Amino acid sequence: MSYFSNIYDGVKTLLTGMKVTGNYFLHSKKGAITQKYPENRDTLQMFERFRGEVVMPHDEQNEHSCTGCQKCEIACPNGSIEIIWDRVIDEKTGKKKKIIDKHIYHFGMCTQCGLCIDACPNDAIKWAQNFENSVYDRTQLTRVLNKPGSKVRAGVED
Amino acid sequence: MKIALFIHEWIVGLIPAEITGLTQMVLIALTYLTLFAVLGLYLVLLERRVAAWFQLRIGPNRVGYQGLLQTMADALKLLTKELTGTVKADKFLYNLAPYFVIITSLMALGIFPFTKNLQAYDLNIGLFFLIAISSIGVIGILLGGWSSNNKYSLIGAMRSGVQTISYELSIGLSLLTMVLLTGSLQLSEIVEVQKNGWLIVQGHIPAIIAFMIYMIAGTAETNRAPFDMVEAESELGAGFHTEYSGMKFAYFFLAEFINMFIIAAIATTVFFGGWLSPFGITESIPWLGVFWFLLKTFVLVFLMMWFRWTFPRLRVDQLLTLEWKYLLPINLANIVIMALIVWLGLTLQF
Ligand code: SF4
Ligand code: SF4
Repeated sequence: MSYFSNIYDGVKTLLTGMKVTGNYFLHSKKGAITQKYPENRDTLQMFERFRGEVVMPHDEQNEHSCTGCQKCEIACPNGSIEIIWDRVIDEKTGKKKKIIDKHIYHFGMCTQCGLCIDACPNDAIKWAQNFENSVYDRTQLTRVLNKPGSKVRAGVED
Repeated sequence: MKIALFIHEWIVGLIPAEITGLTQMVLIALTYLTLFAVLGLYLVLLERRVAAWFQLRIGPNRVGYQGLLQTMADALKLLTKELTGTVKADKFLYNLAPYFVIITSLMALGIFPFTKNLQAYDLNIGLFFLIAISSIGVIGILLGGWSSNNKYSLIGAMRSGVQTISYELSIGLSLLTMVLLTGSLQLSEIVEVQKNGWLIVQGHIPAIIAFMIYMIAGTAETNRAPFDMVEAESELGAGFHTEYSGMKFAYFFLAEFINMFIIAAIATTVFFGGWLSPFGITESIPWLGVFWFLLKTFVLVFLMMWFRWTFPRLRVDQLLTLEWKYLLPINLANIVIMALIVWLGLTLQF
């Protein structure tokens, strides 16, 4: 008998599905979730979880929290991050310490996987929301994330 | 064909009698080709809009008013694309395949009675012709897949062959059920019979079962979701048309949409009274038949689109189970029931 109950169940579940989508169809005018993009450029809000590009936030004193540990560089599956680092003598302790010279991010190669951001122990890098990234020359997509003259925020390494 | 007669007289006045027949044929062919192209283009647009509404999106609305020129732009783009192909493909068959698919669709379109007078050719074996012609399309698909010399294409073509040939059976049998009721294969006559009530009413229970089976098998026959394993672009490496580009690809694509229209048009003719208006309300104005025919057809086209955007795709074994284990036995039993009903005179007529 399961043969006939299969048919009954099949038809019933299919109709349930059609009821759901039919309901969407009738309410699509009000419920449409598409953004009319170029028109609403000024008011457009991207979602929090949107992955635009990797940036390194700096505070008012031009300080960031990247210690140059290179964990992001190792985590990146396609080598989009290159860290050029240096050793300097810490004035207070007199010990040698690693700092970044340049945190280079090759946006053109990045797949927006987010592994670098997950790997960073200091939350030094995060996602920006921009998405209009087309350029005529791909060298413009290679970015140095730390701003000129910036230094590590005190207390990050301890 | 009254319209054809009118055109005939007009043409006879213009040019020598010897070539009028030929000219008329060319004119009718051109009309149908135009219809074919416009229909294909706008069914694509309709599909995209309907899909958008089902998914709470807006859909194409940029090119022209409400995106009406969108598919024109798409067609232009496809026309300007390079026609590529593999080096080791069997060139002759490779180029021939799309025409197989598109010409069968066009031939099927030629015999529909859009109204009493608007029918290119009233074949006395119309329904049989439709079933026969629709199975030629699969040869185009198999040829395309085989001659591309590409494993994805070949496997895609095999999948398509399995599916189309299996479901062909259900289509044929469900239409046969209705032939029992009408006693004729001629499409104009089938419509004529329905003046006493549409066949879906006349044949009641078995007719409704036949209609459901027909719609399921018809959806599978046109390779539309949930039966679109034939050519799942991203999941299965596109299937039989992997190696086709530009306009040749567009032929396959257009044919799929025209086939959807044809399946719906057959259902309209056989189940819902073709160009007849409900309860004969506009019987005095015969040209309104086109309106009723298209209205019914597009309601059914919409139903198929609704299927597509609701149901998940079937696996190949599920697909074959559905056909061979469910549709076919039900269909066979249904024919017997229909025969009994016709024999005992239990049909509903007004
Ligand atoms: S998001 Fe992924 S690909 Fe891009 S830089 Fe980070 S780790 Fe590399
Ligand atoms: S961005 Fe984070 S993970 Fe990368 S070097 Fe700086 S601190 Fe380390």
